[in-house]
Amino acid sequence: MREAVSRFVRDGDTVVLEGFTHLIPFAAGHEIIRQARRELTLVRLTPDLLMDQMVAAGTARKLVFGWLGNPGVGSLHAIRRAVERGYPAPLEIEEYSHFGLLCRYKAAASGLPFFPLRGYRGTDLPSANPNLKQVTCPFTGETLDAVSALHPDVAIVNAQRADAGGNTQIWGLVGAQREAAFAARRVIVVVEEVVPEDVVRADPNRTQIPSVAVDAVVEEPWSAHPSFAQGYYDRDNAAYVAWDRVTRDPAELERYLDEWVHGLPDRAAYRARLGDETLGRLRPGQRLAGPVDYGDYR
Amino acid sequence: MNDAPPKPPTRAEIMVFAACQEVRDGDSVFVGVGLPNLAVQLALRLHAPRCHLIYESGVFGARPVRLPISIGDPCLVSGAAQVLPMAETFLYFLQGGRTDLGFLGAAQIDRYGNLNTTVVGRDYDRPRVRLPGAGGAPDIALNARRTVVIARQDRRKFVEQLDFRTTVGWAEGGTSREEMGAPGGGPTRVITDLGVYGFAEETREMTLASVHPGVTPDQVREATGWDLKVTSPLGTTPVPDEAMLRLLREELDPDRIYLKG
Repeated sequence: MREAVSRFVRDGDTVVLEGFTHLIPFAAGHEIIRQARRELTLVRLTPDLLMDQMVAAGTARKLVFGWLGNPGVGSLHAIRRAVERGYPAPLEIEEYSHFGLLCRYKAAASGLPFFPLRGYRGTDLPSANPNLKQVTCPFTGETLDAVSALHPDVAIVNAQRADAGGNTQIWGLVGAQREAAFAARRVIVVVEEVVPEDVVRADPNRTQIPSVAVDAVVEEPWSAHPSFAQGYYDRDNAAYVAWDRVTRDPAELERYLDEWVHGLPDRAAYRARLGDETLGRLRPGQRLAGPVDYGDYR
Repeated sequence: MNDAPPKPPTRAEIMVFAACQEVRDGDSVFVGVGLPNLAVQLALRLHAPRCHLIYESGVFGARPVRLPISIGDPCLVSGAAQVLPMAETFLYFLQGGRTDLGFLGAAQIDRYGNLNTTVVGRDYDRPRVRLPGAGGAPDIALNARRTVVIARQDRRKFVEQLDFRTTVGWAEGGTSREEMGAPGGGPTRVITDLGVYGFAEETREMTLASVHPGVTPDQVREATGWDLKVTSPLGTTPVPDEAMLRLLREELDPDRIYLKG
């Protein structure tokens, strides 16, 4: 992880971190904080605890997003302090609906300059974001909304597994990982497990991102904690609830970053600090998919 | 098993029951955060066993075996009919016109059911309160055949003028929504902790249809930032019976994740 972040994430970059509620790249975000990257434009459909931490740690100049909150719990106070009061430093924001931001990824991934959608008519969102524009359909004459392609410098996405070459498999919520990866110039994939290539090839429908789109594969178990990895561990809801208290107080937040990010060398130390009891509590029971027959065509 | 009659329903339980009744059997329902999670679980168990739960996280036909704590809970995936990329959820289920009913929440709502979840305060660049933003709401409101808004009611939420319009309801009322070219059907109900509202046929103005037991129309007017229209005669919101209350309290939300307060 240290090497991947150090090689592929640079000061001033536009960095997409994806995984929608599922597979949130916490380990990668913490490494970016440790390596003290600055002036980043952070892009994420739902800035949640991780973005609150990255903003509080001073990595970000700007945040591009669709929905801002601690899902099911409350507000992200570090981001709110920055937006409402410019504390400790102002944070530029650029906001979309989820659909709008997804369309920006999709345009970039598809090599198009923009993507048309119906989505902003009747709302004040275009007044808050000059990048929301309109186009006329050349076939029907209908006025449609349009968003521009977003080409991030780096996309960091989490997944359950990949082979060493980067063929990446996700099951459960697949979020926007594929679109983000195809849209980005450089891609880091963080997985629970690196598996032999024949494991991937035995089930190609499950592959979300192909090797050619991937620059680095990092094997890091529990890298999405306190979010979840379907089939590996559950969301640590206690951590989300506890964050509500931490984020309200800048000093408390500073202590959290010292204890859980700056004070730890890597994710292995984070896992050790979480402890076996917490890890055990979050492991789900088993619910296997049935096998399918792809057929052997000789 | 406790044989004593259950305590009378709380306001939250009445809201859940009212929301549950908006679900029709066979509906494809876009489920939002909070109370709707519980309302659709109740509908599945009561009158709508064949409704399809859609979550914007990318799930169609969810059948969670525990109560989901967010719209991206892993229990929504296990046992679902389909999981798809988020972009496709918006493209095909919403913009493609395959959503019958959508649930929405709001920090502010006006008389035409337009919603604000972006900022409190008129200065967007220096808001008094920065709210979560749009998420999936604008697209649900634009495209679903019916939308139902669930909110706690007071004068700060039920306002004459929104600080920001994140999500369109009936726009400026009358035919303005149709003229704008919104494909979906617009808001049909608003459910609060005080009462249930419909929208008048011609003007599309929010109209109080019923008050919850023990609530007076004056209390509701007091909690509304405009001169509220009231249906005559005004009804009383139906409440869940004992069996439904047991189902809610003992099976669906035993930890009172959504029923608190």
